[in-house]
Amino acid sequence: MAELIQPEATQVDDAHAHHGEQSFWSKYVFSTDHKMIAMQYMFTGMAMALIGGFMVYAFRMQLAFPGIEVPFYGTVTPAQYNALVTNHGTIMIFWVAMPVLIAAFGNFLIPLMIGCDDMVFPKVNRLSYQIFLLSAVVLVCSFFVQGGGFGGGWTAYPPLSAKAAYSLTGLGSSLWLVAVALEFVAFLLGGINFVTTAMNARAPGMTMYDIPMVVWMIVIASILFMASVGPLIAGAVMLFMDQNIGTAFFDPDKGGDPILWQHLFWFFGHPEVYVVLLPAMGISMEIICTFARKKLFAYKTFLYTTFGTGVLSFTVWAHHQFVAGIDPRMAHIFTVTTLLISIPIAEMVFIYIATLYGGSIRLTTPMLWALAFVAEFMIGGVTGVVLGASGADIYFHDTYFVLAHFHYTFFPIAIIGTFAGFTFWFPKMFGKMMNETLGKIHFWGTIIPFNCIFIPLFVLGAAGQHRRVYSYENFPDLALPHFQDMRQFATIALLVMLGFQLVFFYNCFISWRKKEMDAGKNPWKSNTLEWVAESPPPHGNFPELPHCYRGPYEYGNPDREEDYFPQNLPA
Amino acid sequence: MPQLYLEALSTYATDIDNLILLVAVLIGPWFILCEGIFFYFIFRFREKPDGRSEYISGEDPKHKRWITIPHLLVLVCDIFIVVGAVQVWYGVKQYLPPPYETVRIIGQQWAWTFVHPGPDHVLGTADDITTVDELHVEVGKVYHFKLESRDVLHSFSVPVFRLKQDAIPGRIITGWFEATGVGEYDIQCAELCGIGHGLMAARIFLESPESHAAWIAEQSPFQLATVATASIVEE
Amino acid sequence: MRPIANTRSAAGIPTGRLAVWWVVASEIMIFGGLLASYVMHRLGNPEWAGYAAHTNIWFGGTNTFVLLTSSLSAVLAHQAAEAGDGKKAARLLYFTCLGAVVFVCIKAFEWTTEIQAGFTITSNTFWSFYYTAAGIHALHIIAGGVIMLIVAESAKRNEELHRVELIGIYWHFVDIVWIFLFPLLYIAK
Repeated sequence: MAELIQPEATQVDDAHAHHGEQSFWSKYVFSTDHKMIAMQYMFTGMAMALIGGFMVYAFRMQLAFPGIEVPFYGTVTPAQYNALVTNHGTIMIFWVAMPVLIAAFGNFLIPLMIGCDDMVFPKVNRLSYQIFLLSAVVLVCSFFVQGGGFGGGWTAYPPLSAKAAYSLTGLGSSLWLVAVALEFVAFLLGGINFVTTAMNARAPGMTMYDIPMVVWMIVIASILFMASVGPLIAGAVMLFMDQNIGTAFFDPDKGGDPILWQHLFWFFGHPEVYVVLLPAMGISMEIICTFARKKLFAYKTFLYTTFGTGVLSFTVWAHHQFVAGIDPRMAHIFTVTTLLISIPIAEMVFIYIATLYGGSIRLTTPMLWALAFVAEFMIGGVTGVVLGASGADIYFHDTYFVLAHFHYTFFPIAIIGTFAGFTFWFPKMFGKMMNETLGKIHFWGTIIPFNCIFIPLFVLGAAGQHRRVYSYENFPDLALPHFQDMRQFATIALLVMLGFQLVFFYNCFISWRKKEMDAGKNPWKSNTLEWVAESPPPHGNFPELPHCYRGPYEYGNPDREEDYFPQNLPA
Repeated sequence: MPQLYLEALSTYATDIDNLILLVAVLIGPWFILCEGIFFYFIFRFREKPDGRSEYISGEDPKHKRWITIPHLLVLVCDIFIVVGAVQVWYGVKQYLPPPYETVRIIGQQWAWTFVHPGPDHVLGTADDITTVDELHVEVGKVYHFKLESRDVLHSFSVPVFRLKQDAIPGRIITGWFEATGVGEYDIQCAELCGIGHGLMAARIFLESPESHAAWIAEQSPFQLATVATASIVEE
Repeated sequence: MRPIANTRSAAGIPTGRLAVWWVVASEIMIFGGLLASYVMHRLGNPEWAGYAAHTNIWFGGTNTFVLLTSSLSAVLAHQAAEAGDGKKAARLLYFTCLGAVVFVCIKAFEWTTEIQAGFTITSNTFWSFYYTAAGIHALHIIAGGVIMLIVAESAKRNEELHRVELIGIYWHFVDIVWIFLFPLLYIAK
């Protein structure tokens, strides 16, 4: 039950009365309001997605038409190719998936969904965004310095990443590293708010099992991030010193060990994929429950399975290093743990399916995205099993099979999850409904090309095509016409998919600009507390803070005539 | 399924291909089943004008077993996969059959240098044959390789063997292979090693005993001297 | 000025304490990663025992004593704050801060002698770890000292007394890190 340290102000107005009229700067730029900070993260993340997407466009054009003058870019040199693929990966994970899924949705939703007026530490929250923005600026600067952007892969293995003589991007490498380190600090700070707010600031009556699943997912993701990033921060300090002051932590010529970096990186890198997966799963689950009008099947099991996945995720990291030169006996341990982790994930997929059973399913745009998340993620998941089998990974490591596998996980997470959440909560954020027809056009125009891009890449990977190579013309076994046709097909599918994103931006623009506030408080008849507030919620969120009387997914509740029973309504 | 696209030309290549097939056979049906049921439910439980959804918490053991039983079956499948993976891995990476010859493989930015033992079959003697970007081996013989790097991480990958091993500067890593067919195939570098990573294409020549002997005979001392050290490829 | 969210405590733990534990947990992972890397290197490189012979156990030992004493004064400051005596808590915090200053001064002197003897951060990987680990720790000492001054400023006016406990938790953590560093860098020879 809720315990209060001090008597609580019953009227939110009292707590926020000092604001009065706010200037542009205090309302939009230096705001401490969680909703504004969420918007800042959302727009920065989406802007970085445009940059990351532009990078894909450039390097895929090079692969499909080697040597071409790429329109709006120019020729892609081998050095630029490496920088493009490196920064594409880095941006999409650290500057798109994390800020949008965790920071934007986390900031917007957590205080609203648990029924309070803001995050517990609004100034720390603001600071986290400021550091995040700085990290993005530093990263973008790294592309324009002498030598160009860092091109050693988002994995940044030394000695390539440690010595400018090898990478030829001395300054770019260091700036990249500083940007990533700053991003880590920003998310550590952000995590303080997500965890303390969700644990402590819940509405009276809201037990742990009444917390909406997406809030749990963001909290657990923050904990996973915090617990895994420390060793990599230590590693980043060491790498920075190797790069700039001549230490030799990772330099084998002087007593260092390049494999140490790999362990430090992947000890973080593997939990990191669950850090971004969990919020996307949470978002899809909220949407599926709402539009199937069904309670989340086996809430506690789903929650405990997530805890289990989180713990297990710390035991699998060296499956990224099977052929890296680790002791071969270690491979057996990691293939066992990697295969084991497929079990809780499979269970979570089964729970999605079970949640649909007996529902009354309405295929709105957010629902299409949420369902597509599950269907596409399944492909990523099963192809991961192939890679987790150590013997098979000898062949598939560093091929396009791995790349297609992780795009079938990351794309559902970062892109499908984002569109799902954005189309679902847009009415709450802006008070207006998005256009359903345009939404559906955008959906199909993204999903169909997405599959057309990556299925050929599975084939190319199975045929032995390795990653991070700027042109396959040099490899006679890969320069065959039917393989080049596949590369071109995938690239053209990418162009089509990028084109359809214009539909999304157009939809956002016209929906945001329309005069009528046609959303109302709860257009989707959803059960959780954020739908009790006005759309958009005012500063302070609720004129009177709600009390929680039941669980978050009381859809189809037989005691009610309405097919849902909001959390804030007394019995 | 790599065998659909390229040949399997080492003694362990078919083992690896069979492991991949095992995973596909064990996991494939689950995938089809899950996607199938998923889409079926979307169709079957679509919104109807007078329809009302069921109120199922999933805590009832009768319902929960629909989750717990499948996920125990997944565990069983995983055990088979692990056993297969461990066996194949052991056979490639831990087990080292006695070699016919040993070759030295040196990766650097951005070329492969291969040192063959030459007519006396002993590495490290005066008649060693050093080549750049081409490796000549005899079919049906067990070779050990000693893999090194001069600078950054590289990775020696021969897709038709299904073989891959990262090269780490400061270490010499031993591996093995035995070719089972003739032909000329790609060697790729499988670890990003700088701007010339895509230029580190080499070729492996799988030769019958006669052609291999002929190749060795062709490598006169004069030719040996000119390729003694590989030069860094200019960008 | 504070949101109502800040005043709730549904989990039963005061929010400030939860936040400090979060910071401490993340720092444990950072130092843990660094020290684990050091230990792995050390186990694989027996010659490092020879390099470690040159660290000065007297400087290290004195610093250990300084930090333990300052942790004691931090505990006493917390006691005073619990009793509502802000002025006393502030005085004890200033004393703790003095401990931080003494620690940093001893370390500066220690490092100067070592650098002059030719043991720099680039001498070999042992010394790289030595300076990096102790250096990052020292940065945490300095940061802790600064925050302590800020907390003491409010405490002496009997304001925000709960923060005395919070900076105390952080300070004990920094102390514990040193308790690991000391044997690893100074005693293991």
